[in-house]
Amino acid sequence: MARLPLILAFLVACLPATAQQADAPIQQLLQVHADQLAKPSRTKVAPTIDAIASSGLPEAQTVLRKWQDKELWRNVETGLFIWAEEIDRDTIRGFDFAGDTALGELPDDDYDQSKPNSGVRKMIGAALVKFQLTAEDIATRRTAINNIERDAEASHLAPLREAIEAETSPTLKARAERLERLLTIRFGETEDERIAAIESFKGDLGVDLRGALNPLVTTDLEATETEPEGPEVARVLKPGSEALTREAAYDLLVTEGFAKPRISRADKAAALVANIDGEAVAGIQVASLDTEDARDMAYAKLAEQGTVDPVATEAEIDETLDRYTFYEIFTGAPPAVAMAAMDALNGIETRVAVNQAADLALDAISLGSIYFLAAIGLAITFGVMRVINMAHGEFIMMGAYTGFVVQQIIPDQTLSVILAIPLAFAVTFAAGVAMERLVIRWLYHRPLETLLATFGISIALQQIAKNIFGTQARPLTAPGWLDGSLVFNDIVSISYIRIAIFVLALLFLALFLLVMNRTRLGLEVRAVTQNPRMAASMGINPDRINMLTFGFGSGIAGIAGVAIGLYAKVTSEMGADYIVQSFMTVVVGGVGNIWGTLLGATLVGSLQKGIEWLNPSNTLAAQTYMILFIILFIQFRPRGIIALKGRAAEA
Amino acid sequence: MTDSTLTGTAPRQPLALRFPAILIFMACLALFTVGVTILSEGFGIGVISTSFVKTLGKTLCLCLVALAMDLVWGYCGILSLGHMAFFGLGGYAIGMWLMYERTRLIVVESMSAQALPPTPEQISDGIASQIFGVVGASEFPPIWAVAHSLPLQLAAVVLVPGLLALVFGWFAFRSRVTGVYLSILTQAMTLALALYLFQNDSGLRGNNGLSGLQNLPGLGNVPQSVVSVWFLWASALALALGFWLATWVVSGKFGSVLRGIRDDEARVRFLGYPVEAYKLFVFTLSAVIAGIAGALYYPQAGIINPAELAPIASIYLAVWVAIGGRGRLYGAVIGAAFVSLLSTWFTGGQAPDIVLGSWRIQWVDWWTVLLGVSFVAVTLFAPKGIGGLFDLLADCLTPNRHGADLGPDQGALREQEADK
Repeated sequence: MARLPLILAFLVACLPATAQQADAPIQQLLQVHADQLAKPSRTKVAPTIDAIASSGLPEAQTVLRKWQDKELWRNVETGLFIWAEEIDRDTIRGFDFAGDTALGELPDDDYDQSKPNSGVRKMIGAALVKFQLTAEDIATRRTAINNIERDAEASHLAPLREAIEAETSPTLKARAERLERLLTIRFGETEDERIAAIESFKGDLGVDLRGALNPLVTTDLEATETEPEGPEVARVLKPGSEALTREAAYDLLVTEGFAKPRISRADKAAALVANIDGEAVAGIQVASLDTEDARDMAYAKLAEQGTVDPVATEAEIDETLDRYTFYEIFTGAPPAVAMAAMDALNGIETRVAVNQAADLALDAISLGSIYFLAAIGLAITFGVMRVINMAHGEFIMMGAYTGFVVQQIIPDQTLSVILAIPLAFAVTFAAGVAMERLVIRWLYHRPLETLLATFGISIALQQIAKNIFGTQARPLTAPGWLDGSLVFNDIVSISYIRIAIFVLALLFLALFLLVMNRTRLGLEVRAVTQNPRMAASMGINPDRINMLTFGFGSGIAGIAGVAIGLYAKVTSEMGADYIVQSFMTVVVGGVGNIWGTLLGATLVGSLQKGIEWLNPSNTLAAQTYMILFIILFIQFRPRGIIALKGRAAEA
Repeated sequence: MTDSTLTGTAPRQPLALRFPAILIFMACLALFTVGVTILSEGFGIGVISTSFVKTLGKTLCLCLVALAMDLVWGYCGILSLGHMAFFGLGGYAIGMWLMYERTRLIVVESMSAQALPPTPEQISDGIASQIFGVVGASEFPPIWAVAHSLPLQLAAVVLVPGLLALVFGWFAFRSRVTGVYLSILTQAMTLALALYLFQNDSGLRGNNGLSGLQNLPGLGNVPQSVVSVWFLWASALALALGFWLATWVVSGKFGSVLRGIRDDEARVRFLGYPVEAYKLFVFTLSAVIAGIAGALYYPQAGIINPAELAPIASIYLAVWVAIGGRGRLYGAVIGAAFVSLLSTWFTGGQAPDIVLGSWRIQWVDWWTVLLGVSFVAVTLFAPKGIGGLFDLLADCLTPNRHGADLGPDQGALREQEADK
């Protein structure tokens, strides 16, 4: 017996559409506009849509949506409207608008489908926007605004304006207001309204604003023999200028029908070939047609004979171009609006340029701090000890690979980076001490030999790293909290990792100053550098100090390697990429002075970024010109920006 | 020699007699060249493959550039880490003509089938699009203005490296940049040049470089086995002339001043010699020699690209000279030949692997390590390099009974040196 209710329900569902409420208010409203609903026409449908939309009936939105989706059907006999889904060719499943009750499966033949065309559907869509914008549900309202932002139309403006009043959410309201002004710029009815909207955006840099303004200032190129006049003339162009090449100008005249066509060399040659008569073209020997002048002459003869169309010669082209004036007219908007948009865009460009300069400065500082990090170890070994260590770059690489290995063992990124820093210091400190003991110790006062021997070590270390870790770049992943960037506005931003490197560079500077000026080791280092014999007489062991200093410089290179590895990829050649720049930094800054190294790094960094900005497509060129600049710089200040004076300079 | 310099009146003997090394060297070189020719495929019995003849020819060119390096470094104390830039520029200069001329022949050939005879513009456009198609250009950059002329490009082989060295050296020496600073500066120069050439709009086909240089224009039907022997002879001749020239430069008073500059620049300056002019002359001369060596090398290599100008190449050059023994010309030649041939052998995969238990040392991977380490060892333990072995030999023949310092300083002249 449990099945009985089910069967009953089935029977009820199968009943014919007698249950439809013919006297519901919505049905009555639909009946008033029955003609347009059944057969909508683009020109006359507007009052119908308005009537339904503004009826205030709860079903109005459903009617419009179903109508837009071509799911509105009308009973042939009774003339009542329902909405329905097609099941197959012959049957539909109908629903009554009032109460949204199901009417069961209905035969297709009893109903006519209303098929609004795309124009009408768009109008219905605009009416629907109003419902979405004023919906109870905030998600619907947000979606509606998103949709308008993405694909705005003139018809959205009115419902948007109405919806702003009622909007309760402050963020959505702000967005809606901004959107309203943007739409006003694009679709506003009066010029004053649009200009006012443009001016209301003063100081804004938004991409959406630029998107709204750009179409307003589109222009068309035209040519005339008289002086162009009128407010819509944007500017007058000269053929042969950057904005208008002579070819483009002449092509315009040809397409407008003002001038004879030109002919390309290939076409001319083809025409000549087509008219070869035995051994000659128009009486000129084929064999002599091996210059452009001869071909021009032959073609002109053919044109005289009438076998080919006459074409413009260079002289004629010049004369025609001189006769015409070329100008651009505004086509995107009325001239006054276009001028206002142009002004606004110019203002934006200026502000964008200022912000780009700020962004560039940030980039330069960040690159400078990377160079500083790479060079600070050299500032110790080369600057203080005067030992030229060409394997310095390989110490950076060793530090980076240490970081990589630590990360393979300890998956936690924060912990591994924190561990990698002292480990990298330890590894490269040990390598530095070993190198000092085994090689450099024997070569003090023979700088060229030191350079060569350390080069040997450098290529050996590089190849060993290649053999162990392979040639592909290894990742050194930064901890999650260093992801992302600090965003100031659409243009100015800096990634946290660069900030971290900057901070690290400052820390190293402080560390260097502290060790050199405030510790026993620093004192002894300075003593040994100035006069090893005297220092030895005072009870300082120069060998030990040299070893420690060299180890210290190498260790700092290792830490720099971890930092640089976080920012770039870890490869066996990464050290070689920085070595020349590092030496440049130290030499430009002035050997033996950490502040000089700081200045040098800033100079080299901003120089490279500055040149990259002048020629953004080509970072190779930037490096080339930077090196050239530095070579020249050293000509004029051979001892760097901050030159040591007196006896220290001769050491 | 000391006598004639002092009196200034004694008749000077010919250079070759005063420096028997020249005669020995020339004899060895001639023997080598003739021997290779007899064993070659093109002219002889075909024991040596054409590619190995090319390798030997290239090695002679490397010996020549090592000679140039020894001139500036071993005799004048300027450790230039950018000499391969001059070598590469010489290669580019000759490569431009080779590539232009060969492409022109191909283009003219392909255009001769057309109904109309080609115009100069068409030919030029055709060559340009053939050569610069790979970098997305179809017009000749200005630096190719004289690429059609062999004499002018040959002049460029000498002039371009020479001018670069002259300008760079003038700037550097004028401001008294010396020692390691100069080394870094020269390294920066070659790095800048390489980076510039790597760009596609440098006008020299970016990182594609110039290729097909082994095909001499107009000699398409001469087999490479013959061409390779021609180049071997040309390289040997250039090396012989270079050796003679270098010996002549470092002999006599001029050479003494050079060595003086190497040992103590300030003292030579105080003696009134224009140190900068001497250095500039030697630097420029060696750049020119390097350029000529490059112009002979790259037609044998067949391809040149900006990687050849990378700083590491110049460092290897210094390695060769150091291992061979700087400060003696034959040392540089021996070092370049020895190390570069050894390097070819090791990196060519011909050297047998060393098996250490479960671990195999493959020389392709570990040769560079060995080179680096042996370089350190030579610097530390054998500053005279391979050339020092000849001293040992000479000492065995005539026991060294002299050698005391003539003065109290470390830098004082030794008796041995005073005798020479």
